[in-house]
Amino acid sequence: MTVTEQQGGYRPSPPPAWQPRTDPAPLLPDAEPYRVLGTEAAEGVDPALLRRLHAELVRGRRYNVQATALTKQGRLAVYPSSTGQEACEVAAALVLEDRDWLFPSYRDTLAVVARGVDPVETLTLLRGDWHHGYDPHAHRVAPLSTPLATQLPHAVGLAHAARLKGDDVVALAMIGDGGTSEGDFHEALNFAAVWQAPVVFLVQNNGFAISVPLAKQTAAPSLAHKAVGYGMPGRLVDGNDAAAVHEVLADAVRRAREGGGPTLVEAVTYRIDAHTNADDATRYRGDAEVEAWRAHDPVRLMERELTARGLLDDAALDAVRQEAEEMAADLRARMNQDARPDPMSLFDHVYAETTTQLREQREMLRAELAAEQDGPEGRDGRTAQEGDRR
Amino acid sequence: MTTVAAAPVKPAKPATMAQALNRALRDAMTADPGVHVLGEDVGALGGVFRITDGLTREFGEDRCTDTPLAEAGILGTAVGMAMYGLRPVVEMQFDAFAHPAFEQLVSHVSRMRNRTAGRMPLPLTVRIPYGGGIGGVEHHSDSSEAYYMATPGLHVVTPATVADAYGLLRQAIASDDPVVFLEPKRLYWSKDTWDPERPAEVEPIGRAVVRRTGTSATLVTYGPSLPVCMEAAEAARAEGWDLEVIDLRSLVPFDDETVCASVRRTGRAVVVHESPGFGGPGGEIAARITERCFHHLEAPVLRVAGLDIPYPPPMLERHHLPGVDRVLDAVARLQWEG
Repeated sequence: MTVTEQQGGYRPSPPPAWQPRTDPAPLLPDAEPYRVLGTEAAEGVDPALLRRLHAELVRGRRYNVQATALTKQGRLAVYPSSTGQEACEVAAALVLEDRDWLFPSYRDTLAVVARGVDPVETLTLLRGDWHHGYDPHAHRVAPLSTPLATQLPHAVGLAHAARLKGDDVVALAMIGDGGTSEGDFHEALNFAAVWQAPVVFLVQNNGFAISVPLAKQTAAPSLAHKAVGYGMPGRLVDGNDAAAVHEVLADAVRRAREGGGPTLVEAVTYRIDAHTNADDATRYRGDAEVEAWRAHDPVRLMERELTARGLLDDAALDAVRQEAEEMAADLRARMNQDARPDPMSLFDHVYAETTTQLREQREMLRAELAAEQDGPEGRDGRTAQEGDRR
Repeated sequence: MTTVAAAPVKPAKPATMAQALNRALRDAMTADPGVHVLGEDVGALGGVFRITDGLTREFGEDRCTDTPLAEAGILGTAVGMAMYGLRPVVEMQFDAFAHPAFEQLVSHVSRMRNRTAGRMPLPLTVRIPYGGGIGGVEHHSDSSEAYYMATPGLHVVTPATVADAYGLLRQAIASDDPVVFLEPKRLYWSKDTWDPERPAEVEPIGRAVVRRTGTSATLVTYGPSLPVCMEAAEAARAEGWDLEVIDLRSLVPFDDETVCASVRRTGRAVVVHESPGFGGPGGEIAARITERCFHHLEAPVLRVAGLDIPYPPPMLERHHLPGVDRVLDAVARLQWEG
């Protein structure tokens, strides 16, 4: 017994500075991923939106198939496919207004295309003729981010800046399940919540970070639960149900725009293809698992819903597929033209003003290119072989 | 005959480098509403070195913002702010505390202009107090400039005088390129005659300045080592050496012209800096001098640098930091006999 208690002055109380901060209950995600298609909720969705989502899903799938084919033809250096994840990609693009910003990761080229960016410009990174082929300001799409989660703080900063300027702009940042382990994920969510920045974080939990399954990535109840620790709502949604993803993201975007702050959305989906064309998924997962997910395919889920409700007849379906074929044919034709990046452009955008050192290196490269043009004799009459020996 | 009485000119008073930096931030924020300061403790406290003193009071919390304690988050959000047209100035509290932000700096800040083919330049300034000599424990005294120099796309700038602290910081904030602005914390309280109402124009970023002319040898230095070199040059007079001292001011872009013009005149050079010598800035500078001035050199270019050790404890740091004697010893080894 302490002295205070003996004197009768002891009253148990929390530490002096402690006070309850935020009630966690409203922030908690649903117990199960939210679904719309095949449920009663589907009847409340505008049929025009369902048709629009369907058309984008069909186009998106065709885009994934075409881009994958382009890797086999050597037209793309690499392609991280979003086959099976089209619902997330498409919905992310469709929920944004023109003035909003999208922050994609490298697997999100489909979202970028669905936002209206030219697919050839979008694929520049993966073709390898330049890092980013599109103007980020033209469609308010940040560069595709390869270092995981590093674009999330950018989204927070941009949204924060927009709010400071009095613009009702929302930023939507995309990331995968593996990326949630990165420090930048944590820092971005924390900054967003502290600043009440108008940001929506969309985590596509596709089951794998290349080969590592989610169980080795986190011990959290779900990725959506992580939101609670930052003081923002977490939403769990069926990532293959385009109507559900669209609704959840649209809610989050509206909330952000109205000053309600950020939301973390976990969309449960599956990466049907390997990580990229350079990966071999058979080394780390079985066919049965893939087949189970194929039965839950986002395009088929939508088509079943539309067909059951008489919103999609054969003619309409043909028209959608035809339009997707035309997009693929155009992409194929344009990607089959050789890209010829200018070596001299290497020095153009390192600094606003080219430094003396880079001007010297530019002259060196210019001379090397001139020597190549002169042929194997070389500029001073030596053969290439002699040159090598020296 | 009418005489117009001239306005009484107040003599300029001594000001510290810290005051000049504070004034530069204030003036930049006044001149451009897009300039935002963010960092740890930059608000009510005014920064641990008081460089942001009074800014939140004057411009409000939206312009000078206390952030959560996370350097990658600070720099990463600053990138997003710059994407939206603002001109963020980030304060990293200490040199070694800037390291968590290294990925943002290397993977995004330095190359966003390049990645986007010039469409998305990032006009942002990263202020980093750096260097030792203040008795700071362990992670409070690093000189990390070699990492930043080795990253194409960044400007790396460091003032050594009060006038440069003001002038270079204003230039850095106005630059459309990202600038790593290294503030020699040992010189924060150094004083010089400086008039905040009429700050002197200084040479642009990318130009070195000859701080002392001489004919015997050239000391090439920057930031916290400039006063050391100036003192060494004075002491060298007793030995009969008339040393020229160059203050680089900007490590990137590097002013080959000024450095080489001096070395061609003197025929001898010593590079002096605090950061470890191995893989340090001095190696690059010595190589550049040798490549360009070989036939003018009377002796190999020497380096006086910090030891190749993790930054030592404060009670031992004087043995690590290049001092006047070590500089003079290097000068003595410049093959004068020949």
